Amino acid sequence: MTHRDLTILVIDENAIRASIIEEGLREAGHRKVTVIHEVQGVARIIETLKPDVIVIDIENPNRDMMEHLFQLTRTVGRPIAMFVDRSDTASIEAAVEAGVSAYVVDGLKKERVKPILDMAVSRFNAFSRLQRELADAKSALEERKLVERAKGILMKMRGLSEEEAFALLRQTAMNEKKKISEIAQSIVTAAGLLIR
Amino acid sequence: MKIVTDADNFAGAKLAPGDALPAPVSIGREGARTLRAGFIPLVDAAVLIVAAEFGFAQREGITLDLVKDVSWANVRDRLAFRQFDIAHMLSPMPVAAILGLGSNPSPTIAPFSLGRGGNAITLSNRIYGLMQREGELAGDEDALAHARALATVVRNFRASGKPPLTLGVTYPFSSHNYELRYWLAAGGIDPDRDVKLVVVPPPMTSDALAAGAIDGFCVGAPWNMVASERGVGRIVATKQDIWPSSPEKVVGMRPEWAETNPETVSRLIVALDRAARWADAPENRTALADMLADRRYVGAPVDIIRRVLAGEFTIDREGNRRVVKDYFSFHSGFANVPRPNQALWIYSQMARWGQAPLSTAGIEATLSAYRPDLYREALGKEAPPIGSDAAIEGIAPGDRFMDGAVFDPKGMKDYVASFAIRATGHSQLPSEDI
Repeated sequence: MTHRDLTILVIDENAIRASIIEEGLREAGHRKVTVIHEVQGVARIIETLKPDVIVIDIENPNRDMMEHLFQLTRTVGRPIAMFVDRSDTASIEAAVEAGVSAYVVDGLKKERVKPILDMAVSRFNAFSRLQRELADAKSALEERKLVERAKGILMKMRGLSEEEAFALLRQTAMNEKKKISEIAQSIVTAAGLLIR
Repeated sequence: MKIVTDADNFAGAKLAPGDALPAPVSIGREGARTLRAGFIPLVDAAVLIVAAEFGFAQREGITLDLVKDVSWANVRDRLAFRQFDIAHMLSPMPVAAILGLGSNPSPTIAPFSLGRGGNAITLSNRIYGLMQREGELAGDEDALAHARALATVVRNFRASGKPPLTLGVTYPFSSHNYELRYWLAAGGIDPDRDVKLVVVPPPMTSDALAAGAIDGFCVGAPWNMVASERGVGRIVATKQDIWPSSPEKVVGMRPEWAETNPETVSRLIVALDRAARWADAPENRTALADMLADRRYVGAPVDIIRRVLAGEFTIDREGNRRVVKDYFSFHSGFANVPRPNQALWIYSQMARWGQAPLSTAGIEATLSAYRPDLYREALGKEAPPIGSDAAIEGIAPGDRFMDGAVFDPKGMKDYVASFAIRATGHSQLPSEDI
């Protein structure tokens, strides 16, 4: 059975994530994929494109504007419903969790749209994993810098060796049930207040 | 003031004398409860924020985990798909959900109303200038005179072939949408024919007005005052001008969740009630403003929030002031009761503007979305008795509609038909069996 190609509109303010999704859709054989990064003029785009599926990131505050748009289009007879099969709550929950929301033209078969949603969800997840790793790496670096500065302050003010300074930081962190970097932050803040 | 940043570390929170009892370890059979609560950064999320930050939830054995969100559509979906247990919602959202309106309607009930007031309508300086010239305004007119003056401007725009004005609301099923439409229509403007209504996320309203993308908007606090203080707009009407008792935000939850967790719901309502009383007390308003101004919550200048809470408006760029009495009421006047009349009024406006057909089944459904019974169950004698809603809205002194109309909830069809300006030609939305 042959289907006509689905027209898919991806709205994502994050250009990198959008391109990852676009690539995934094209790999899956979808040829009618449009990606936009801002919702400026989206009404006109939807009007001319007549997408079957709209994928929009959940952090986009303009989702409320889309809702308004659909409310208007509904009155001219183009019903758009959220998600294909509301009974498939597990996959919907996964989508919301991942940060994907989707609008699908009423009447489209679930098996046609589900792979698109699944793909978007996995790409969204992969993207946030990437971002998390990046953020972790960055904060690890920041923490190391902070600990170095705190060590330096302790060495200077208390006349400790580097090892002793670190041991003191670690012991204090253990006693206070805090992270070493938190103790280091307090030392740096306090030093900033106390020392000219 | 001490800001309690960790929900578990509430020992430093301000409690009323004698209230610092240890929190119960668990709620009966329902266990220790952490409730995830979605909210949009607006002043009217105050009661939820106060309950979480000043120990009121903790005293009822509840930890409120507040999650800031960016759109009402998200709040709706995250509640529906169980990412949130409860949510700060627009009062029409549970009604829209039960009537099957919008793109993801899923059953939602409102057992608690988060208070009254907070909205206003702001127009750009350019449009207000035209209203002064063409509508002969002196500068001290009321909301109705403003609407009439705008009608003159709108007519002149059309006569000279200019594109219609663009006005922003926050969501199709919002008090802002219905209030802006009410105000426009009272002045003789058909909101569907004479102007273009668009949706703008609240924190973007002031920028959108400054950039000329919209000519005005109706939104909650503090965004009107943010625009007038920046000198980009003139406040021309407040919620109090349109209908003081009009519903604003509610706490929404899934009915099935409420049924499985009756004790938690009850304790939550008690916590919110105490928080609302606290938020209403004038001596707490400074602490409240400080908390709301925090980046985790509304994230707006504290002096603006303080004046918004007091109803002290800077209405234009010249710094003209206006004081709106009870601009925010978090508790007084039974502001927390989810009143059936309010739900029905929302439904009447949905019908008026062609969003939903009017039917007996629709009325019943609407009434089932608001749950004053749960409110009363939790608060007992402190709550007004069930069925104490006024027979007719808009006749009590100080609680009139801006156009002098009265709302008889028993005569929905006549009420909707009584408006000269309403959606017509929606042949797909007839009054069904009423």
